[in-house]
Amino acid sequence: MKTSETIKIKSKRKWYRDWPYYLMVLPGLLYLFVNNYLPMFGIVIAFKKLDFSKGIFGSDWAGLNNFKFLFRTKDAWTITRNTICYNIAFFLMGTIAAILLAILISELRSKRLSKLYQTIVLLPFLMSWVVVSYLVFAFLSADTGFVNNTLLRILGIDKMINWYATKEYWPFILVFVYVLKSVGYSMIIYLSSIVGISQDYYEAARIDGASKLKQIRYITLPLIKPTFITLFILSVGQVFRSDFGLFYQVTKNSGPLYEYTRTIDVYVYQALMKNSDYSMSSAASVYQSIIGFVLIVLANQFIKKYQASSALF
Amino acid sequence: MKTREYKVTQVLAHIICLLFSISALLPFILMTIGSFTDDTWASLYGFTFFPGEWSLDAYRYIIMKWEVIGKAYLMTIIVTLIGTSVSLVLSTLFAYGISKTGVKGMKVISFLLIFTMLFNGGLVSTYYSYVRIWGIKDTIWALIVPGHLMNAFNVVLLRNYFTNSIPASLEEAAKIDGASIFKSFLSVVLPLSKPILATVGLMTGLGYWNDWQNGLYYLSARNGSQYYTIQIILNNINENVTALTQAITSNIGAVNAVKPPSVTIRMAIAVVGILPIVIAYPFFQRYFVKGITLGGVKE
Repeated sequence: MKTSETIKIKSKRKWYRDWPYYLMVLPGLLYLFVNNYLPMFGIVIAFKKLDFSKGIFGSDWAGLNNFKFLFRTKDAWTITRNTICYNIAFFLMGTIAAILLAILISELRSKRLSKLYQTIVLLPFLMSWVVVSYLVFAFLSADTGFVNNTLLRILGIDKMINWYATKEYWPFILVFVYVLKSVGYSMIIYLSSIVGISQDYYEAARIDGASKLKQIRYITLPLIKPTFITLFILSVGQVFRSDFGLFYQVTKNSGPLYEYTRTIDVYVYQALMKNSDYSMSSAASVYQSIIGFVLIVLANQFIKKYQASSALF
Repeated sequence: MKTREYKVTQVLAHIICLLFSISALLPFILMTIGSFTDDTWASLYGFTFFPGEWSLDAYRYIIMKWEVIGKAYLMTIIVTLIGTSVSLVLSTLFAYGISKTGVKGMKVISFLLIFTMLFNGGLVSTYYSYVRIWGIKDTIWALIVPGHLMNAFNVVLLRNYFTNSIPASLEEAAKIDGASIFKSFLSVVLPLSKPILATVGLMTGLGYWNDWQNGLYYLSARNGSQYYTIQIILNNINENVTALTQAITSNIGAVNAVKPPSVTIRMAIAVVGILPIVIAYPFFQRYFVKGITLGGVKE
């Protein structure tokens, strides 16, 4: 690589000559400190009985009490279950949809149409979850939604469903909405991977009489495995995190749905902002951060053994 | 070679792509048509693609309330412009610095950046820090600084571009000609980086435009409402509606929540909120796609 060649030539680099580089990274470093590293020290809040009049340093230590308190609640289980299960469902459905679309689009003969499909499918990705909640509302509103008023009637179902108060539908609704919003993004990643596959492989397969399905199974899929693995590690590392917007906005923060729609992030937000319960929210937050960190490191180590080039670090 | 398999593949591909495309488009169409529907008709028959009565009332309302909505629009634009430009400066300088892995300490600094992608202090810490230590509550900085001002993902994109797409020989040549490090950066590296700057700029801008969380956490209704952006207003309407519904269903007497605008007006506000993105999208699409491709695929 070019940079290392430069190093070999200038092995006795005078570090003070490099002061412009240090100056360049300084603002960013300051920001990293303010935005990321300083809050990392705030984790200590979870281990303290926070008293605002005493500040963080003056407050008494609570040891693991906050955590004990948190895990005694039924909530701790439901929010963990929700977060993990949704992430698994999102990854599975999202990947299937993305790979399916990517393969199909790469097969299309009309370049114009394939570009058009790509453009349209990416559009939901550009929207904020607040806007998405309005889009969903137009369909699911109990009084004025399209589904209740028109769709159900067309299907011959007579009653109106109070969507925002019936929790059973929401795992499906949320997965559907998530896939629609994210498939454009994932599809592009897989598509750029597919486009990089040499046509010679397919030519050879065709000559050998392989059907399209066989070609996909034995050429396309194996060759996009590295991309899949990278995305897989990333999502394992994020399995304890959820997209706050999806679970808070799209559900309109509706109480009856909590059992199936509250994730760790939603819980932390509510405990902090609505109840000012620093103990519970910080315990949940630290729980999330630590496990997430452990998971991503483990996942990366695991991948290093099987496909070192895909490892993140 | 129009074999049967080829035809079947094409038809299947078109059908499934069409299905996804329609699913993606339909909500936007419904919402837009909803905003042009007469409100009374909508409360009776709901949102449809072929409303019985059309009306511009929702948009008349917006024009009437232009003081609030227009101001929010302006605020969104200001925050996006300031945030994106500062972010670009910060990120580009930082990325250029850490791309020079030969310089002592840059590898460590690089790691400091990557580490933030692995471990996070969490909402509670971040909130406490920004509010109690830096005091950004109810200021405009609450919308600009937290989270978006320098994004590790974007910095990595920039760094990779500087490392892989700017030939070191060009910088060497500039140095031989007597250019300082800064001059070399400004006159040689930056002009060549226009594509990646456009991509990162757009992704950052989009992040700022769509952000509603910072407003939710750090702007209070009493003292921060002058900084509300369109997304925050949309969110507030949602919260008011929920508060109102829950108050009604639990029979609470005095309801503090202000009566929210009608459903069609809400749709209209949302349309107004996404309009710039939808209009600009076809022009910037290739930069978005480029950004996604660069970020997702291992070189």
